[in-house]
Formats: sequence, structure tokens, C-alpha cells
Amino acid sequence: MKIHEYQAKRILSEFGVPAPRGRAAETAGVAREIAQELGGTVVVKAQIHAGGRGQAGGVKLARSPEEAEQVASQILGMKLRTHQTRPEGQLVKRVLVEEGMDIRQELYLGIVIDRRAGLPVIMASSAGGMEIEEVARTRPQAIVEVHVDPSTGLQGFHTRKLGFGLGLKADLLKTAADFVTRFWRAFEAKDCSLAEINPLVITSDDRLLALDAKMNFDDNALSRHPEIQALRDLDEESPLEVEASKFNLNYIKLDGNVGCMVNGAGLAMATMDIIKLVGGEPANFLDVGGGASAEQIEHAFRILISDKNVRAVFINIFGGILRCDRLAEGLIKAVKALDVWLPTVVRMEGTNVELGQRMLAESGLNFTTAQGMRDGAEKAVQAARAA
Amino acid sequence: MSILVDKSTRLLVQGVTGKEGTFHAVACRDYGTKVVAGVTPGKGGILHQGIPVFNTVAEAVAKEWANTSLIFVPPAFAADAILEAADAGIRVVVCITEGIPTLDMVKAARALQGKDVRLIGPNCPGIISPGKAKVGIMPGHIHLPGRVGVVSRSGTLTYEAVGQLTARGIGQSTCVGIGGDPIIGTTFVDALRLFQADPETDAILMIGEIGGTAEEDAAAFVQEHVTKPVVGFICGQTAPPGRRMGHAGAIISGGTGTAAEKMAAMQKAGIAVVKSPADMGEAVARVLSATPSKQR
Repeated sequence: MKIHEYQAKRILSEFGVPAPRGRAAETAGVAREIAQELGGTVVVKAQIHAGGRGQAGGVKLARSPEEAEQVASQILGMKLRTHQTRPEGQLVKRVLVEEGMDIRQELYLGIVIDRRAGLPVIMASSAGGMEIEEVARTRPQAIVEVHVDPSTGLQGFHTRKLGFGLGLKADLLKTAADFVTRFWRAFEAKDCSLAEINPLVITSDDRLLALDAKMNFDDNALSRHPEIQALRDLDEESPLEVEASKFNLNYIKLDGNVGCMVNGAGLAMATMDIIKLVGGEPANFLDVGGGASAEQIEHAFRILISDKNVRAVFINIFGGILRCDRLAEGLIKAVKALDVWLPTVVRMEGTNVELGQRMLAESGLNFTTAQGMRDGAEKAVQAARAA
Repeated sequence: MSILVDKSTRLLVQGVTGKEGTFHAVACRDYGTKVVAGVTPGKGGILHQGIPVFNTVAEAVAKEWANTSLIFVPPAFAADAILEAADAGIRVVVCITEGIPTLDMVKAARALQGKDVRLIGPNCPGIISPGKAKVGIMPGHIHLPGRVGVVSRSGTLTYEAVGQLTARGIGQSTCVGIGGDPIIGTTFVDALRLFQADPETDAILMIGEIGGTAEEDAAAFVQEHVTKPVVGFICGQTAPPGRRMGHAGAIISGGTGTAAEKMAAMQKAGIAVVKSPADMGEAVARVLSATPSKQR
């Protein structure tokens, strides 16, 4: 789960990680008030989940409260397009108004889970303000890493490795060690999957501040963080995906016209792949899971066909516990309840296949049955073309 | 790889009295696995579906000599269940549970290192040696005893592959579902090492997906240490970047973890990579006929 910069900074401040003074505004008027409070030059920053806001014109300096109001009114309501947003961009509904800082140096500080090591890794680099993947590719020697072992936790030698590795002056090392320790505590306490401060700045008066902050959270841990769940911004998510999540359906909308419904994430990905391989375009990823009750199947079908791009549906189910006759029952009920018809190709495998296929054939509805994944994909793609 | 699960498996089911635990304990027993005990704290002393239930894993090990555990415990308690099993001396722990917080798994996996225990999963369908033992939720009837090892991050996609193999009369020695999470107990490399050493396995099918670098690590391992033919498939070739495709570990982040990268690394290492999920069985048939039995 993702959150906005202003929310990340608020969480970090709970752990004593310093950031510039400032707060969020939803109107240009409030932006002006904040600028007034802060005094001096302020930075007005669009609050959307995606990065690259500066380059897209979503971050502007303002030298007076009047200018802050003017700049905020330009940014608020913008459909900001960055390399990380959808092509149509993301509507800006909030800005963060912060005091301008006198920056001497920009660094990078981030924490992610290193899957290969099976441990969280803290990465620091003197190449701040750049994309860390770029630095990793071109100047890997500029990145210092420490892995944090849960049996020891974060130790002094870890923070010293990071601090000395950044080439910080001796008198800044203690501040840096403290900063990293607090940042690590926030990551661990909130079950982050990723936390990034880029840039981490050293001001001209030797203070360390998080100029930008990004925190992503482990979806599997959200049930123990209601305070994080409360920060979810539904406007950043596609409406159909929000709808699907209400029914615990794993749905991701894509751009194609062949809708698919599958049980199991790997098989669902493979189904998207085979649709493409036989010349079609998948409209979505949809995993109904092993539980798939008739009700779930109905919701899944409804969400699939709510996508106006969908011209045909490919249902690919490998039933183990999920019996094919139960699946057929659910499908028939769904189609009858929804009273909408799209060419639907069903490929079923597993328990009670023949019974399930017979039920579909006798339903009076125009299901097409398929033998094997390739047959199913080809029939669905053909049906989408003909529709 | 009947070293992991076979006729000597004495299975304990953690969470046996729950809906999932009950159904699958019975299904494993029906398949022929020796299900000797169940654990549900607080329900010790009863017989559940004819299975003796204990309050702790340690007790089940002491009384019934359980050596393998199958865990159906909700996400909030699953890492604890894994650690309890390892602590009690269980040698093979299979955790089906999906949704365990990543930092919990980081702690659990780290705690298991150096101990004589193999964790499979979490978020996996389990492991089956057809004709010998089933420790998981896979449908037993689609499997066929044989000599091809299958290792996969997926559940139903593995069944698809197994279905294709069985339809061609190609049986499986052991099928291991290593799971879809970012932090797991048994990697592709671990499974490949075991398959390479297994006299009952002639060829290997590995099924990967986007996210992480496990398949690249596997490719490097195959290049150096695996002489048996390996076939590979990676799903998620059409997955958009930055999105979690169902599995917690199935995400392309920072531009890495793409299917294309994995397929390239595997191909370079001499693995026969297929593009279509419909071709997995056929590809295995091809490598088997190309490799004379004496050489395997």
C-alpha cells in the first residue's frame, strides 16, 4: 500500500525523523495561510503517489504567501503526468507547503527487503536526488549497504558503516547515526516494504532533514496497522480495482479486450500471457482464488464485464478443491443474474469436469467450452475479434 | 526427491481442527500419507476425524513421532507455528498460509538457518511425491508416479503443468510448490540441488514468475551444478511493472524482476525455456527423448 509524501513525513516525525516544517493544503487559500505561518520562501509540492513530480511541474518555489496561493491554485486540479503515473495522469487534490531549505548537500537513504539475503537492507548514497536504480547501474560503488539481522537489530557498527561510507564529516556522524536509527525504527514498527528519503539533505547549518519521503507498506501486515489503512487514498486507485477489493478479489485492470477469470495467481498470469501469445490483448488480471463461491464468481464476472473494453471472456479454472460442477453452477447463476451477455469461453480441469461441462452445455446460455489453455485462449481471442 | 516426503513421512497437521486443516488432513490421509497427529492449542486429547489432537507440536512429536508438519494456521500466527514446529524437531515444515507479514517471515527464516529443518513455503500448495505421500493441498489424482521433478512458485499453474505431463504419461518424482511470497524457506536452488542428487529424478521442470532474482540464481546454479536436463517457464510476461500480481512476491520493481530477464538468464544457462504455458509438457517430453536414459 502506498501513501502520500505529507503522510510519510507525519509518520516519520512520530519517530523523531526531522523534515522541513510544513503541512498539507487542499485549497490555495490554505496554502497561502501556511506560507504566512512559515514565513520566507516556501516550496509547494503536488501530493500524488507517483514520483517525478518536480520534472512534471508539480513542485514550485514561492517567495511570498501571495505567490504560494497563486502557485497552489495552478498545481491543485492539475492532471499531473509523470513517468510513474497512468498515461492520463493523476489529479492533484492536495499540496504540501513547506519551508524552503538552504541545502549544502543531497544524499540518498532507503530501506527495502533484500529478497536474496532474506533481510531488510539499508542503503545510503552520496548521489542524492537521483533515481537509486540509475546510481546502482552506473555507479554502484557510490552505494553503501547494511543488512539488518533480526537477531541483532540495528547496531552501532551498521550506522557507522553508513555514515563513514557517505563520507560525512566527523561532527555529523552522531546526527546521521541517530537519524538512521529513527528511520529504521519507523520502517520496522510500521511494517514497511520500502522506505526512501531522496534527497536526504544536509543544510548549510549542518542539519539532516528528509526533504522528500516515500513509504510503502507490506499489504500482508496491514491488518495490524489500522492507522496505516486509514491513510489509503481511493482516488489513486482504479474504480474497478477498488470495487474488486471489496469482495477480496485480486483484480488489476489492463488495456485489452479479452477479460479473464482464473483461480490462482500464477495460472492467472500465465492466462494473460497465452492470450497475448495467440494474438490477443488481455483486459485484466483476475484471481478468484481457491475459495470461489458462486457469489464470488458472480462479483468477479460483474467486475470483468464492467470494463467497457471487454469483448469476450476467458474463464480458465483448474479445480482441485474447487469442483467444476460448482463452478458451472456459479457461472450460470451469475450470467442469469447479470442479464448481460458477452461471448464466454470456459476451460475447466480437475474434479467433476464432465459434469461441469454438461451443466454449461444444458444451461441454454451460449458458453463455449475449450480443451486446454491454448484452445481456450484462441477461442476467446477469436470471439473478441468477431464481437 | 522422496527424501523430503515419502512413505516414511509421519505427518502432523497444525490447525487440524479448522475448516482447511480438517479437509486437507483427511485428503492427505486418503492419498496414502501417514497422518499421525494434529495440533490445535486447547483441543489436546480429542480424536478429530480419527486423528489424535495435541496441544503442542512437541507433544505430538513425543507421542506420535511426527517428523513432518503441514501448517494451516492464520497469517497472524503462522510464523509462530513454523518456529514451534522447528523447535520441536520437525524436519520438514510445509506452510500453506498466505498473507504472513514479510518481517515476520524474515525473523522466522533467519531463526531456522543452521537448524536441521527444511521449510517449504509459505504461501504454497505443498509437496507431493506421487504414489508415496502428499503433504499439501494439491489434487492427488492429477499426479502420476515417475521421474520428472517439478518445482514452482505457483499453485494452480503447477497443477496445469502436472496435468500436461500426466496426460503424456510422463510421471513426477516429486512436485514442490515453493510459494509465492518474497521470503520463503526453500528456493529454486535448494530444490534443484535436491533433484540433482536424487537418483529417482531424471529431468526437472521449473516454473517461475516475475519479481525477485530467484530464477536468475537458479540459472547460475544450473550452469555450474546441474547435469540433468531442465525445462523452464516464467509467467507474468505480460504483467505491468510496479503491480503486485496476486502473489506478494510477484512484482516488477525498480525495473528488475521481469519475465524477460529471467527467461534470458535461464536460456543462457542451458535451460530449455518455453514461452507458452501450454507447451510445458511437450518441452519436457522433448528433453526426455533427447537424453538417453544412461546419461541421466
